[in-house]
Amino acid sequence: MHSQDPVLLRLIDQVRSAHKPLNIQGGNTKHFYGEIPHGDALDMLPLSGISSYEPSELVVTVRAGTGLAELEAALAKKGQCLPFEPPRFGPGGTVGGMVAAGLSGPSRASVGCVRDYVLGTTVLNGHGEVLTFGGQVIKNVAGYDVSRVMAGSLGVLGVICEVSLKVLPIATATTTQVFAMDEAAALTQLNAWASKPLPINASAWYNGQLHLRLAGAHAAVKAACTYLGGALVEPEIAAQWWDSVRDHQHAFFYLDNNQLIQGEHLWRISVPATTLALDLPGVQFIEWGGAQRWLRGLANAKQVRAAAAQAGGHASLFRGAAPRVEVFTPLSAPLLRIQKGLKTAFDSKKIFNPGRLYPGL
Amino acid sequence: MNTSTLEDLPQVQTRRTEVVNALAVALPRYAILSRTEDTTPYECDGLTAYRAQPLVVVLPETETQVAAVLQICHRLGVPIVARGAGTGLSGGAMPHRLGVTLSLAKFNRILKVDPLACTATVQCGVRNLAISEAAAPHGLYYAPDPSSQIACTIGGNVAENSGGVHCLKYGLTLHNVLRVRGFTVEGEAVEFGSEALDVPGLDLLPLIIGSEGMLAVTTEVTVKLIPKPQIARCIMASFDNVEAAGNAVASIIAAGIIPAGLELMDKRMTAAVEDFVHAGYDLNAAAILLCESDGTHEEVAEEIAHMRSVLEANGASGIAISRDEAQRLKFWSGRKNAFPASGRISPDYMCMDSTIPRKKLAEILRAIEGMETQYGLACANVFHAGDGNLHPLILFDANDPDQMQRCELFGADILETSVRLGGTVTGEHGVGVEKLNSMCVQFSASERKQMFAVKRAFDPVELLNPGKVIPSLQRCAEYGKLTVLRGMLPFPHLPRF
Repeated sequence: MHSQDPVLLRLIDQVRSAHKPLNIQGGNTKHFYGEIPHGDALDMLPLSGISSYEPSELVVTVRAGTGLAELEAALAKKGQCLPFEPPRFGPGGTVGGMVAAGLSGPSRASVGCVRDYVLGTTVLNGHGEVLTFGGQVIKNVAGYDVSRVMAGSLGVLGVICEVSLKVLPIATATTTQVFAMDEAAALTQLNAWASKPLPINASAWYNGQLHLRLAGAHAAVKAACTYLGGALVEPEIAAQWWDSVRDHQHAFFYLDNNQLIQGEHLWRISVPATTLALDLPGVQFIEWGGAQRWLRGLANAKQVRAAAAQAGGHASLFRGAAPRVEVFTPLSAPLLRIQKGLKTAFDSKKIFNPGRLYPGL
Repeated sequence: MNTSTLEDLPQVQTRRTEVVNALAVALPRYAILSRTEDTTPYECDGLTAYRAQPLVVVLPETETQVAAVLQICHRLGVPIVARGAGTGLSGGAMPHRLGVTLSLAKFNRILKVDPLACTATVQCGVRNLAISEAAAPHGLYYAPDPSSQIACTIGGNVAENSGGVHCLKYGLTLHNVLRVRGFTVEGEAVEFGSEALDVPGLDLLPLIIGSEGMLAVTTEVTVKLIPKPQIARCIMASFDNVEAAGNAVASIIAAGIIPAGLELMDKRMTAAVEDFVHAGYDLNAAAILLCESDGTHEEVAEEIAHMRSVLEANGASGIAISRDEAQRLKFWSGRKNAFPASGRISPDYMCMDSTIPRKKLAEILRAIEGMETQYGLACANVFHAGDGNLHPLILFDANDPDQMQRCELFGADILETSVRLGGTVTGEHGVGVEKLNSMCVQFSASERKQMFAVKRAFDPVELLNPGKVIPSLQRCAEYGKLTVLRGMLPFPHLPRF
């Protein structure tokens, strides 16, 4: 990124002169996620455009305000993609927002998460300094891997200005099979399949049905279909269905105002994939081979967090009406101390999205 | 490196006695080494050109002892250098002369292999290969395979974010580690990552992995195991010129193939290894590519045919495809033995480790050729071509101080050229002490300042492996002057401090 870029200079100016909190904002499609945002909006949309893209390098460098849709379209033109399927909660989501939120879609268990594909970032720290960490190459261990910590940071460390991402070719063959199965059977089956060399790319269990997406070379997908069985889902219907899971358009994820007022919540529970069925009041939707369990209903935070902790995981309040409980599971004392230290290291004035992740961070 | 002057200082002796006495409260006497003859084996890691005698070496056996050592050192203000098998190639485990070298060699137990969860939880001193061996009965393995995998430990792999020859498809250490348990500089237990796929708050795992022991001391690691592919096959392709080989690499990726391994060796390296392993390499080729495919039988057949056609279209002068596992291993034997083979053709060699965008391969190899003349030293090249990670091996004689100095300048020149071509000074070996100067070229003063601030968030008193990885402002200023004076710096107009 050119240090004399006028849009960047304007951002630097805003950061340097800020004495009140800034609410870093891209497409504003994930405003509901995390603790309630506050502060003056720092608009990232003008900082947009694909800076460089060379398909044979498997690397794309994008400015933070670039639309995620724009990036995905450019990659698709060259037969490539962001394999981790970042969710699109609205049409205007940006690449910067994708990295800051750190959320990954249905394929996460098999291909990795946003963090795994970040190769480098250019950020503005609280002093308005433009800093570049990582780079545009796949292997790079020069200095601390600061760029990847930005993934999922919810903007509390700095303003993500540009990011380099590893991209991959779109699988040559994809197919979806569906199986009728109860929750316990689905979990057992998913765990058993995970230790076999099968091209499983995504899995989702809901309401007695297990959807399994296979992706890879033609021959491998075909052989796996024969081995696994199940009923084939028409490709077009399957693609739409997975998109509805990825983008939370599926009816399970939708909470209307009435339900919100009555105190229904949507929880994201992250646990080891081998965790048995979680006994919690409400309805569940299971992804990532058992490692991500969505829960909607009236279960209280204490109950949900206790079940997650018992399994060795954590629970985040994804959607719910205010007043809300703490969104993210509280940190252990040493982790909180280190994270507060990092906040100070990057943003000593505490102006970037303060409190969005935790109070004091 | 001569340490005798410091050794003789009475203050050092006094300090040693003080530290040993304090440690003796927490550790059995046999776990504390302080006599010169006992600590000398720890004076360097795999980068033998840089040495320092540690003040004291401790070999704790339990986490309680590790915590106690850290607490004592914290109280007394003693630097701590954690050490695994000492196979690192950048001096990351080089001792601190007034510090304690914390050997974690005794943390060598595999705690749990969980075939259902596809994970293994091991102590930090377990060897990389031992994990795959323990997982093998379940049809699983641990993917990252640095060349030193027979000896290097998982704790060291975490410290360096080690790679190997299969990174393009299977990722680095970071992509294969779920959880790291360790201790803060204050001696407090802490966990990064989780057996779940994510954690609340900031994800600190990528900071810990690759931090070269500067942020925390690792004692236990949970790694991801993956199903062993049914079969792997390898293509060995010869090229008459390096450009064509480089283009073939780009074409394979552009064709949508992610090979399990994609390696290149130049002519000098091929000659050296062929003499050593007799793998049947084409000695007339300017470059040899090894392209591996793994997966199911059907998948591999499809991919090998696809790669073959791409290689042929890019002008490969010869193509051989491994018939069976024995032949595949033979193809790889040369590549895996590139370093020892270099040791046979030269008294010493310095292995560099920069990464460049793949498309710059031919350009950097040409530049290295020019440097061979400039510095009067020969260089053999192996290249993780799929990742753009280059390992030029500069051949020299360490007994000749002039050669040693030219070798260092040659190495620095390669690293700085890599940065100029859009790459990085280290792909997988780490910065350690070796590449401190080159870090001045890759990062600005404010970026380096930010990294120091990151360190202080974990280690406010800066006792964990101090002086490694991030060069001080003063060091960079001096380096800038030095290299400009010699006229060696490729772009002296850049501000350096």
